[in-house]
Amino acid sequence: MRSPWSDDRAERVLGAVASLVLITIAGMVVFVFAKAWPSFAHNGLGWFGPPGHGSVDDQLTNIFNSPADPRRYVYELGAWPLLWGTLLTTVGAVALGLAISVLAAVFLVEFAPGPIRRVMQPVVRLLAAVPSVIYGLIGILVLVPFVGNHLISLERKQSVLYVVQLSGSSLLVGVLILTVMIVPIMVAIMADALYAVPRTWTEGATALGVNRWRAMWTVSLRAARPAIIAATVLATARALGEAIMLSMVSGSQGFGPNPLDGLTFFLEPTRPLAATIVDNAEGLSVKPFGQTIYAFAAVLLVSTFFLSLGGWAAKQPLKRYGTAG
Amino acid sequence: MAVAAAPRERAALAEPSPSWRRGDKIAVGLCWAAGLLLCALAAAIVLYMGYKGLSLLRPELLWQRPQASADQSKTGGFLDPLIGTVVLTALGTAIALPLGVATAIWLSEFARPSWLARAVESGVEVIAGTPDIVLAIFGLVLFQQSFFAFLSLTAQGNAVFGRSFLTAGAMMALVALPFVVGSTREALQAVPRHVREASYALGKTRAATIRRVLLPACRPGIATGTVLGMGRIVGDTAIVVILLGASLQFSRVDGPPVMGDLRGTGSTLTSYVYNNSPAGEGNAPEKAYAAAFVLLLVVIGLNLAAGRLGRGRAKWKS
Repeated sequence: MRSPWSDDRAERVLGAVASLVLITIAGMVVFVFAKAWPSFAHNGLGWFGPPGHGSVDDQLTNIFNSPADPRRYVYELGAWPLLWGTLLTTVGAVALGLAISVLAAVFLVEFAPGPIRRVMQPVVRLLAAVPSVIYGLIGILVLVPFVGNHLISLERKQSVLYVVQLSGSSLLVGVLILTVMIVPIMVAIMADALYAVPRTWTEGATALGVNRWRAMWTVSLRAARPAIIAATVLATARALGEAIMLSMVSGSQGFGPNPLDGLTFFLEPTRPLAATIVDNAEGLSVKPFGQTIYAFAAVLLVSTFFLSLGGWAAKQPLKRYGTAG
Repeated sequence: MAVAAAPRERAALAEPSPSWRRGDKIAVGLCWAAGLLLCALAAAIVLYMGYKGLSLLRPELLWQRPQASADQSKTGGFLDPLIGTVVLTALGTAIALPLGVATAIWLSEFARPSWLARAVESGVEVIAGTPDIVLAIFGLVLFQQSFFAFLSLTAQGNAVFGRSFLTAGAMMALVALPFVVGSTREALQAVPRHVREASYALGKTRAATIRRVLLPACRPGIATGTVLGMGRIVGDTAIVVILLGASLQFSRVDGPPVMGDLRGTGSTLTSYVYNNSPAGEGNAPEKAYAAAFVLLLVVIGLNLAAGRLGRGRAKWKS
């Protein structure tokens, strides 16, 4: 049977469909930045700085309540506490997740006995598939009350009461759950790469008298470095963009946890950029407020873009070693 | 993302022996700890959700419509969110599947000019890395343009609402797209060259080869990617909260039956769980647990299906 389509036509149509991806991305960048521009333009570099007086939430309320006259719109914002919250949750979860997932991937590939390995593979896939709202639900109904009732003493609550209320919704819970969410993604990618390391390489190492852990550490993990970078980039993107779970468990206060507070630091509430967008979604129709929210999205968009670029650049010098990631 | 299943035979060099350095023994111990921790976490989550779900899920919840009420016993069930999940997943998949398969075929079979192919390839990666919340509010500003007014409610004064099943479905398609493209490409690359050449030798054009030979051969791969993408759509919350309105019941727009419903707003299981958690307005944790249990079952089911489809993949001799 003859196909109704000539090759030329098929190629053109398929190419056009594939190019839709690029048009979508271009549209995303244009629309989000066009909408966000007034917020950046009014604040200049101060946008990224600390809020002058009061808190970010006060500033957001002022923006929300700005007068209807476009010439008197309020845009004043110093988003540093939100950026700091994003940085803390992301870096915390990725650092913790990287350590756990490297160990777990090595265990899965090299040390796990047969039955455990057979259980662990579906378990990793299952954990990666659980929706973030379920993690958030468990966090807000189980972990947050536990931390609030058992881990935070009354004295600790009173010691910072004049700045912020400690309820259990905290940086600590946010980072822990975020770690649980990103570890399975990282383990899956790393385990694939470790499996792909040629047997002969590790056998060579063992033949030279190195034990199995050393062979893993010095040969396999080194060969799998591109995959480890890829996994880290993917996990960081996921952590940066996680909105729902963090808006549920991290306290939803535009407060930047202060490292000078000692251990209390981990128990202070925070609110990353993505969670701020979800929490304030109702205000999107108020023009200056909506523009501020789109500015948050623009920052997220730029950071994920630079993240992929950074991952790509970090992989280049490693290309000549072993398995690709 | 699948974990390769190639069990290696290990014999002689098995367990850490006394001759190992202490640091190495500790490292192996940490590996065990990390691995067992993962398994324990998964077991804890599944058992806890199962316990809560089975004790709180009553069958009538599945066919009662949600009602707004301060009393948890009067808030009804989650029929609307359940239907919403199905409709939204179907819409998102229906858009993502043809787009994704076409993109993958072009990338792997044509890919000319090469700069465009490279750009599309990284474009798919960029979409995969974009946070869903950013996709959601991009969708909102996009579909509030008057050009897209036919997709959602238009309020008085020609303000386009931008929130509907259709707009949310379109953005959900972007969530699923990278999965479809990824596994379709993988399947296409697994088809050996000589299969294509045999088809050309029989006088078939490239277009006919794609349609008659490659697509049927890739069906398991396409199915796996689609099901994985569906799992992501089912579990996504941010897009639903922002683009679907997350209203308790369906609210349809005037118009022909099906189109009017699709242009209206609604909710899905994820937004139902979110709104009924202490973080949302409903605050009915029992309902949230029950709905989350159903959601978890759906997601696990989809993943089992993806795993099974993946195993049924054709094996080529080269």
